[in-house]
Amino acid sequence: MCLALPARVVALVDAETATVDLGGVRKPVSIALVPEARVDDYVIVHVGHAIGLLDPAEAARTLALFAQMPAPDAPASPS
Amino acid sequence: MRYIDEFRDGALAQRLAERIAAEVRPGRTYRFMEFCGGHTHALSRYGIAELLPPGIRMIHGPGCPVCVLPIGRIDQAIGLALERGALLATYGDVMRVPASGGLSLMRAKARGADIRMVYSAADALALAQANPSREVVFLAIGFETTTPPTALVIRRAAREGVANFSVLCCHVLTPSAITHILESAEVRAYGTVPIDGFVGPAHVSIVIGAGPYEHFAEEYRKPVVIAGFEPLDVMQAILMLVRQVNEGRAQVENEFARAVTRDGNLAAQAAVSEVFELRPAFEWRGLGEVPYSALRIRRAFAAFDAERRFGLAYAPVPDHKGCECGAILRGVKTPVDCRLFDTVCTPESPMGSCMVSTEGACAAHYSYGRFRDARLQGPAT
Repeated sequence: MCLALPARVVALVDAETATVDLGGVRKPVSIALVPEARVDDYVIVHVGHAIGLLDPAEAARTLALFAQMPAPDAPASPS
Repeated sequence: MRYIDEFRDGALAQRLAERIAAEVRPGRTYRFMEFCGGHTHALSRYGIAELLPPGIRMIHGPGCPVCVLPIGRIDQAIGLALERGALLATYGDVMRVPASGGLSLMRAKARGADIRMVYSAADALALAQANPSREVVFLAIGFETTTPPTALVIRRAAREGVANFSVLCCHVLTPSAITHILESAEVRAYGTVPIDGFVGPAHVSIVIGAGPYEHFAEEYRKPVVIAGFEPLDVMQAILMLVRQVNEGRAQVENEFARAVTRDGNLAAQAAVSEVFELRPAFEWRGLGEVPYSALRIRRAFAAFDAERRFGLAYAPVPDHKGCECGAILRGVKTPVDCRLFDTVCTPESPMGSCMVSTEGACAAHYSYGRFRDARLQGPAT
């Protein structure tokens, strides 16, 4: 029910509407809750509304955190 | 898709699993509750349960708004459509929720009720504008993620003077439900399992922020790690919880920092508080009455409140006697402990709340987990 997907803003239609690209599908969503959204931002879309912005720098940091895991054949660092 | 596929990488998942196994203290049991149905679904769908060491037990919480919607609320909606001639619009997830007298919205529709599935609250308002001679009621359900769009649509209906539109508000709140699980009177009846930490909501937290959990972590001394709904997010959150438990910490940590800030979405919060206020009590299916756990429409928007407009009174309806949802939602029992599970209660014909939505503990176990059980027990005779 709370499912939401990250989608890229491709155009601003009016003050409260944007067109987003969702894996190749383009559709209008409301940006009334995220008025700061701009073209090329990623927004999180839930029931036709952008409810938040995605922070690319934080996403990269989280992915880097996963990648810091020791590889399966490497010995685990002593802790 | 970008920001999804990277968070489903199988090789990284294996490495995270090894890290978790390496950091778990031998002989210690870690009991973590994932509040959200989205996390329950991810745990089952991606087989995360099988990647975790035996010392970690995940307890599936009540964070599925479809599952916790009580029978009495669906009865109200069906009554509006069947007896009062209203056009009822709602999210598709609600259509199969069992109501009284063997009915559901789907079955009421088959009896001639005008019930429409909508993708967005805005679609419900559009139905009202396209059918000015009909009373159009939007059955609004969901947690803090889904509430702001409902607030926007009520505000717009007021601004545009749409006279035939109203909302049956069943929006519920996450933090009060988490608290209730830890301290409700029913804990005595059901017994309780100690919970060592919580995997905190993903999209709910985009709206409310990480802040509301701080008081909770402090007062109840329980670690909370807010996590995204992708499998690597969930595993990383479990690793962070294990570390907090090992170090004796009880803090709010944010694994989902790419979307969640401390303060949340202030524009969404402002829209919600303009239109809604706290309800003194609301019945949750499986949990019973939970104080200050839901929202109702403010008096200033009374014209759009279906409860006031149609003079609706709420009548609670008990669940099936054999249903163990109340105990399952608290982690005291598992789906297979319920004698209705996979006998009379299935996703096609759910009896209890946990079987209703794919995010419910029983439905997730029915779809994915029971095959693991079957393999452990050997071939059926």
